[in-house]
Amino acid sequence: MYPSSNVFRTLAIAATAVAGLFSCKPKGAESSVSGNAAAKVYVAPGKYDEFYNIVSGGFNGQIGIYGLPSGRLFRIVPVFTQSAENGYGYSEETKPMLNTSHGFVPWDDLHHIALSRTNGNHDGRWAFANGNNTPRIARVDLSTFRTSEIIEIPNSAGNHSSPFITENSEYVVAGTRFSIPLDNQNGDVPITSYKQNFKGTISFIGINPKSGEMNLTFQIRTPGVDFDLARAGKGKSHDWVFFSCYNSEKANTLLEVNASAKDKDFIMAVNWKKAEEYLKSGKAKKESVKYAHNMYDESKHMATSTMMNEVAVLDLADCPDMVYFIPCPKSPHGCDTDPSGEYIVGSGKLAAVITVFSFTKIQQAIANKNYDGNYDGIPVLKYDAVLHGEVQKPGLGPLHTEFDDKGNAYTSFFVSSEIVKWRISDLKVLDRVPTYYSIGHLCVPGGPTNKPWGKYVIAYNKITKDRYLPTGPELTQSAQLYSIDGDKMKLLLDFPTIGEPHYAEAIPADLLFKKQRKIYKIEENTNPYVAKGEGETKVERKGNEVHVYMTAIRSHFTPDNIEGVKLGDLVFFHVTNLEQDWDVPHGFAVKGSANAEILIMPGETQTLKWIPDRVGIVPMYCTDFCSALHQEMQGYVRVSPAGSNVALTWNTGKNGPQTPVGDSSKKVAKK
Amino acid sequence: MNRQITWVLSLLASVVFVLTACISKTPSHKEPLDTQELTKNQKEEHGTEVKAEDIHLTNPLNAQWVAEGKGIYDVKCSACHKLTSEKLVGPGWKGVTQRRKPEWIINMITNVDMMLEKDPQAQRLLEECLVRMPNQNLNSDEARKVLEFQRSNDGEK
Repeated sequence: MYPSSNVFRTLAIAATAVAGLFSCKPKGAESSVSGNAAAKVYVAPGKYDEFYNIVSGGFNGQIGIYGLPSGRLFRIVPVFTQSAENGYGYSEETKPMLNTSHGFVPWDDLHHIALSRTNGNHDGRWAFANGNNTPRIARVDLSTFRTSEIIEIPNSAGNHSSPFITENSEYVVAGTRFSIPLDNQNGDVPITSYKQNFKGTISFIGINPKSGEMNLTFQIRTPGVDFDLARAGKGKSHDWVFFSCYNSEKANTLLEVNASAKDKDFIMAVNWKKAEEYLKSGKAKKESVKYAHNMYDESKHMATSTMMNEVAVLDLADCPDMVYFIPCPKSPHGCDTDPSGEYIVGSGKLAAVITVFSFTKIQQAIANKNYDGNYDGIPVLKYDAVLHGEVQKPGLGPLHTEFDDKGNAYTSFFVSSEIVKWRISDLKVLDRVPTYYSIGHLCVPGGPTNKPWGKYVIAYNKITKDRYLPTGPELTQSAQLYSIDGDKMKLLLDFPTIGEPHYAEAIPADLLFKKQRKIYKIEENTNPYVAKGEGETKVERKGNEVHVYMTAIRSHFTPDNIEGVKLGDLVFFHVTNLEQDWDVPHGFAVKGSANAEILIMPGETQTLKWIPDRVGIVPMYCTDFCSALHQEMQGYVRVSPAGSNVALTWNTGKNGPQTPVGDSSKKVAKK
Repeated sequence: MNRQITWVLSLLASVVFVLTACISKTPSHKEPLDTQELTKNQKEEHGTEVKAEDIHLTNPLNAQWVAEGKGIYDVKCSACHKLTSEKLVGPGWKGVTQRRKPEWIINMITNVDMMLEKDPQAQRLLEECLVRMPNQNLNSDEARKVLEFQRSNDGEK
């Protein structure tokens, strides 16, 4: 931890890297695909993929659901971002999901996925994802592929080191990327007072084992470093979570250079069982903060947002033997634990080696107080005492490591644009394959669990350059699928992804397949605006609010003729889909609607708010093709001037006086 | 380029046979995963054919079933079926218990896919109405109650 001529070395590495980027680009990349690759990724029409690949969407704030090995995209799950496609974040029922202490924040930067685990293995219940920008964690239900819950993280700025999950889904963690003056401090301080005023925090968010509901159980206040990534221990290291940290220099400007000054930064090891003991014994201080906790209720089909105002904080000064720093070369990024829980792999972004630590040695060093001083009062373990070994000359710019079921590790190298396979036991490099280009994260199915499924490794790349038909300045994002069945990794497939793919997990199809929800039972719908059957449809005026209790069924709305709406009114269309059959959603749109359309699943109620802006007849229609008479699924709203005395009336099936009343059915049933 | 395409096509053709084996295995090398079969195993409230002997009609009508059948009608059927003979989306219900056998009605409610595949009368109705009778997720007990309500609607006591 002594500054040296590292800045120059860094620059030199970067320069080599730029050169390397081009020289590394293999000539005739297509020829590197082996003869039977097509057979290995071809999923015949009507057949299913073997894995679900649950892929973060980065700056689109969504999650993409792909099939492996085909790379086909099935679904985009909106999480932190409004989706005009289905009304998430636009419908009255889903708007509260995006509430925060800053108000309605309809976008975030979604980086990492953590699938729920039981005994260290995938249980197929939930996917957790982090919102990086306005710190949040979301839980997606894997039987509906919908966002069920979002919790905001107080005392955090840049929720990057998140939402990594413990072995039995006890907690997901959230480490702040930026250190900052904490929420209950006066933040109006000079930025240059970083060293005095800026602190880090890590949060442990408890998961209810039955419902999955999240709860901000406690936070640990830390020195003012930047937390990057994390992984929980497994087996013998079950009680621990390991966080990579950079900027141990505590720089507040030009971090590119100033946070790269020291030879080593840290991996921070946290004993969360110990933290629980301290919490129980009353060592935590309640601090006043403000954060939103948003839950979606599947019977009401509505979200609620609750503003929380307190957090339990453990201060390291009061909690000895809970946290240790492990020196790790050059701004470690990935910090990955192997399936046995014995090895922790630190990937220093600017390091020339991959560092592997031994959990057993860490425990010995702690027991023997084998320290190399302290950092802000926290013991720093001796590097040599806890090191399992270093992988020598692995490549340039190591970022992340995943594991197979045979004792091998796969590390991504951004700068040299490759995946390197190495053996954990003897740290030997076994194989390397180029990626096209500049890989970030990678994923082995089950790679972060106790029993990886192996079979494939997927590269999520940062640059695609010449790999796809170009689409102007902005090119597609992409992933690449490699087989890892044999000794050699083999490129099988390129496939485009939506948004920027960061971390992803892959889970066998049969773990999710059987539990997919098909419909919502209309009998169980407790939405306050539900119309269970056309007999309950109506239009109500409350002051300037007009509530339309509407039903949709193939292929008409009830009511589909509404009069008596006036300028100045707020109109709420509460649409209940009366269908009870799988894959029969209806849509709803009204001309001039300033937000979106909505999709309503069978048995569900969703609400679109519409503010009429002119007098006239306004059409509305179903946007999701539902039957041969879908095009007939339409209706009218009459908007009259403010103060008009047109009565509020509604109906379906009554044509005007020019048609005999008894003939009304023809309107709906005609071909 | 053309040579490449031909190569890929012939490759695809030649490997179709190998595929099932490649794709349908679980990664843990257990038994082959037949995901098509998995969907069939999912619990659904329809799918088995009801035979004439499964249904027993009795008089007087079961008043509670009539009431419960009406409740189901209001929520799940009334959007498309009137209680008169007037056609809306589907045919009006007046006289339906005279026109159709009880098992036909129950199958149309709980097993509509089979009916539209096999039953000529059901197929004719689809040609007329052009909207498939939806599966409204009724179990056979619930369908039986709807039938009781239809009998009551047709004047049976």
